[in-house]
Amino acid sequence: MNGFIDIAALDDIPRQGARVVKTPQGCIAIFRTADDQVFAIDDRCPHKAGPLSEGIVHGTSVTCPLHAMVFDLATGLSVGADEGAVRRYAVRVEAGRVLLDAEFLLRRSAA
Amino acid sequence: MKQRLVVIGAGMASGRMLEHIFEAGGDFDVTLFNAEPRGNYNRLMLSPVLSGEKSYDEIVTHDADWYTSHGVDCRFGESVVKIDRENRVVYSAQGGVRYDALVIATGSAPFIIPVPGKDLPGVCTYRDLEDTNAMIAASRPGAKAVVIGGGLLGLEAAAGMAARGADVTVIHLMGHLMERQLDPAAGYLLQKDLEARGIRVHCKGATKAILGNTRVEAVLLEDGTVYPADLVCMAVGIRPEVRLANDAHLDVGRGITVNDQLRTSDPAIFALGECVEHDQQLFGLVAPLYDQAKVLAATLLGQEAAFKPVQTATKLKVTGVDLFSAGDFAEGPGREDIVFRDPGRGVYKRLILEGDQLIGAVMYGDTADGSWFFDLIKQKKDVSDLRDTLIFGPAFAEGASANPLAAVAALPPEAEICGCNGVCKGRIVQAIEGGATTLDLVRAQTKASASCGTCTGLVEQVMALTLGDGFTAIANPPMCKCTDHTHEDVRRLIKSMGLKSIPAVMQELGWKTVGGCASCRPALNYYLISDWPTEYVDDRQSRFVNERNHANIQKDGTYSVVPRMWGGVTSPAELRAIADAAEKYSVPMVKVTGGQRIDLLGVRKEDLPAIWSDLNAAGMVSGHAYAKGLRTVKTCVGSEFCRFGTQDSTGLGIRLEKLLWGSWTPAKVKLAVSGCPRNCAEATCKDIGVVCVDSGYEISVAGAAGMDVKETEFLYKATTEDEVMEVIAAFVQLYRENARYLHRIYKWVAKVGLDWCRAQVEDPVNRHALHDRFMQSQSVYQADPWAEHATTPADWAPVADLTLRAAE
Ligand code: SRM
Ligand SMILES: Cc1cc2nc3c(=O)[nH]c(=O)nc-3n(C[C@H](O)[C@H](O)[C@H](O)COP(=O)(O)OP(=O)(O)OC[C@H]3O[C@@H](n4cnc5c(N)ncnc54)[C@H](O)[C@@H]3O)c2cc1C
Ligand code: SF4
Ligand code: FES
Repeated sequence: MNGFIDIAALDDIPRQGARVVKTPQGCIAIFRTADDQVFAIDDRCPHKAGPLSEGIVHGTSVTCPLHAMVFDLATGLSVGADEGAVRRYAVRVEAGRVLLDAEFLLRRSAA
Repeated sequence: MKQRLVVIGAGMASGRMLEHIFEAGGDFDVTLFNAEPRGNYNRLMLSPVLSGEKSYDEIVTHDADWYTSHGVDCRFGESVVKIDRENRVVYSAQGGVRYDALVIATGSAPFIIPVPGKDLPGVCTYRDLEDTNAMIAASRPGAKAVVIGGGLLGLEAAAGMAARGADVTVIHLMGHLMERQLDPAAGYLLQKDLEARGIRVHCKGATKAILGNTRVEAVLLEDGTVYPADLVCMAVGIRPEVRLANDAHLDVGRGITVNDQLRTSDPAIFALGECVEHDQQLFGLVAPLYDQAKVLAATLLGQEAAFKPVQTATKLKVTGVDLFSAGDFAEGPGREDIVFRDPGRGVYKRLILEGDQLIGAVMYGDTADGSWFFDLIKQKKDVSDLRDTLIFGPAFAEGASANPLAAVAALPPEAEICGCNGVCKGRIVQAIEGGATTLDLVRAQTKASASCGTCTGLVEQVMALTLGDGFTAIANPPMCKCTDHTHEDVRRLIKSMGLKSIPAVMQELGWKTVGGCASCRPALNYYLISDWPTEYVDDRQSRFVNERNHANIQKDGTYSVVPRMWGGVTSPAELRAIADAAEKYSVPMVKVTGGQRIDLLGVRKEDLPAIWSDLNAAGMVSGHAYAKGLRTVKTCVGSEFCRFGTQDSTGLGIRLEKLLWGSWTPAKVKLAVSGCPRNCAEATCKDIGVVCVDSGYEISVAGAAGMDVKETEFLYKATTEDEVMEVIAAFVQLYRENARYLHRIYKWVAKVGLDWCRAQVEDPVNRHALHDRFMQSQSVYQADPWAEHATTPADWAPVADLTLRAAE
């Protein structure tokens, strides 16, 4: 089934920045890169729960604002010496709108 | 009886298809309609016609003789207006023509942005000879032209008109030119090249209206900018010309839907070119259209053939601009970049690898290897063996060795190492063998790497090769892993090379990564703010969270709010406003800080604009308790109340805070003013401290009381408050202009020496100049960030709330 929901205009998200979507399972950070790629990951650093949406975005990575772990937005995996991973969500852009695959919500509420 | 083949549109795609059919001896009665009053010409070559490098006659691909000799019934200047599928007849204004097979090849139509004034005379698009001639007619020397759209077509239009002497401005909606084909670094180089030709480029510009009474006079942007214009060319994109197909009820998506044989949903009707959609893909370049032409010719001749889209590569046809882009160059999962920059030659190359394969390439300045890379992309070749030297192109990659040091070893003695000073490898080896065993000595003797410094790594490799184990690389570490330059070098080069944007620094100084990292970006942003206060625009996304959100982030993701309390003095009204805010936003803790003011801790991000708007209303501004900037000016009560006070330390502290607040500095800056040597404001452990005495004011600097504890050192004795103000502003500016990012004043002074600092501020001419530059920067930066941010509370809240949706 098609679980993509319209959450925002692409331009609501600053380039090299992020905005947050609230869900019952916690916040999801929606990132936009310098070249307008969009990624969605949990807004919660596996180290000490830092809000990744507030990190500096460089290339397709983000550096956690609290203690500087770096995550690859595309894989959700940490880069460099520290080990860790954040959950990713499917997201896509159509006609200037950002669509998030919200199937995880349905799965949860069906359970 | 011969089959009747009717073709709608005499363009690039159908022209090629007819060639294939006739070459194969296909026997058709062909009727060819074209809306343009002429036959097929090479549309791609309109740009050289516009710039004056070619004439229209030179770009005609099929002339009258060709059509006659193949018996084509030409209906040029005759638009088809209707297709009657049931009776297999197409109609133009002049009547109907029957077909057995019909080919729709109507290309695409330029997109017109729906702004007021779009229909004024003097507004054109860029698609055909009429558009081209209109631009040629308007491009008298001195005439003003505005091109809307900084993509392939818009830039070719701009360059063509500029070549004819027009004064051209390009307005582009996105952050950099040709964003679909180029990344920001290549976009920067392109913009620089175009600007060097006198073309003005306005990125992030949204057109609001085209102004004029009887014809165009100007273009107005959303940001209020107005560009006068005698001609406006809209080149913002194309959409497939599908009107006939729609009216005939063929299957149409974004384009006319066709299968692998280019057949539409009606078996007797085919389509090709930019008007079609195949496998959800549209086409805007000729290479795949030529493949379609071959396949459709075969289909019509009754042969088996299937269309498969190929990768396309783009080149910009502007003489003297070398640009190439192919494949997929977006970053993505498991993708890796290899970046090479040669600032001296204005060269940028970026390869994108996925696993063992090359999937994309962007090149600027030197595109000689473009076709080789394009080939690797198309062949999906395994490039893992070539990886280390791939970026150097076929010349290197085909050699056996893949060690970068070996690559330098293989260079002949006459190979140029330092582009700025034209120093070849042999000269460097000679100097080293003659006893120049350190980088400094090599620089002194040969000038290699002494200018832009980007060849430092290469020079060091030559040294490593020549000296073997006797060589150790320089001690001062580079800024971060994105560059080989030290902070000091970067600061120096920003100024000497006049670099005014982050992409400019990254390109000109040979950054090795695409977008920098969390360590270099804030530093570069600071250096640019400090060096070009009125020209550079602060990049909020290159700031650490605290400075971006103008509040200190806490361990749980909430923030602290610290309003300024000038010199540590407050009032009942301010305290009441703080108390009200604390209650209204349920602030978990209200705390007096070590900096003589009040901290509201634990505020939620989405409440920041509202709490600040309340505090602003009570006259309070941000205390920058989060900033690499002025923090606090602590004071004691001084002569106004204290029995020992010699001067008005409280009043002077307030004046200093009002002078310095809002300024960005390499690291935080704290001041204190004590009214006498008892020093109750702890002025002698601050970055800058003033101790008042009977005869005036003793200014001392470079103290610290954090990770290091250090007493200040005497800088200057002033006799009036005004003198204190000037000396301190000048000293802060000296620090702003020279220190490396994150170095507090005491660390910087330890490096440059207090004597040097004193000499700078003691010299009256120098002091005035420093003071003036500080004030110029303050004219831009001394503004309360919350006055602006509090007006857009929506930007601070989640963009969407799915908590309710889940409950449904
Ligand atoms: C709020 C305050 C403590 C308090 O409750 O009093 C404070 C709180 C923080 N200090 Fe401080 N410092 C505070 C006065 C001081 C002082 C005393 C002073 O200013 O008189 C010092 C020593 C003097 C000095 O700076 O030399 C001080 C030396 C530091 C340092 C060490 C700096 C150094 O160069 O050695 C850091 C770390 C840093 O900046 O990298 C730091 C960093 C911090 C940070 C910003 C840590 C961080 O990055 O998150 C703390 C924020 C806590 C939070 O969650 O909001 N804080 N900090 C004080 C705010 C003063 C103000 O009104 O702005
Ligand atoms: C200035 C310019 C520069 C370009 N440079 C490049 C380049 O460097 N590289 C590249 O790959 N591509 C380039 N292109 C794109 C390339 O020209 C197009 O992809 C190609 O021309 C599309 O071919 P086509 O046959 O589908 O359409 P066209 O060549 O546009 O032909 C369609 C024809 O159909 C006619 N027509 C439309 N409707 C009707 C109707 N109802 N009745 C009768 N006739 C009709 C039109 O008048 C037109 O003549 C450039 C385009 C332009 C305008
Ligand atoms: S000393 Fe400063 S940085 Fe350390 S815990 Fe206290 S407030 Fe935080
Ligand atoms: S919480 Fe992210 S690095 Fe510590």
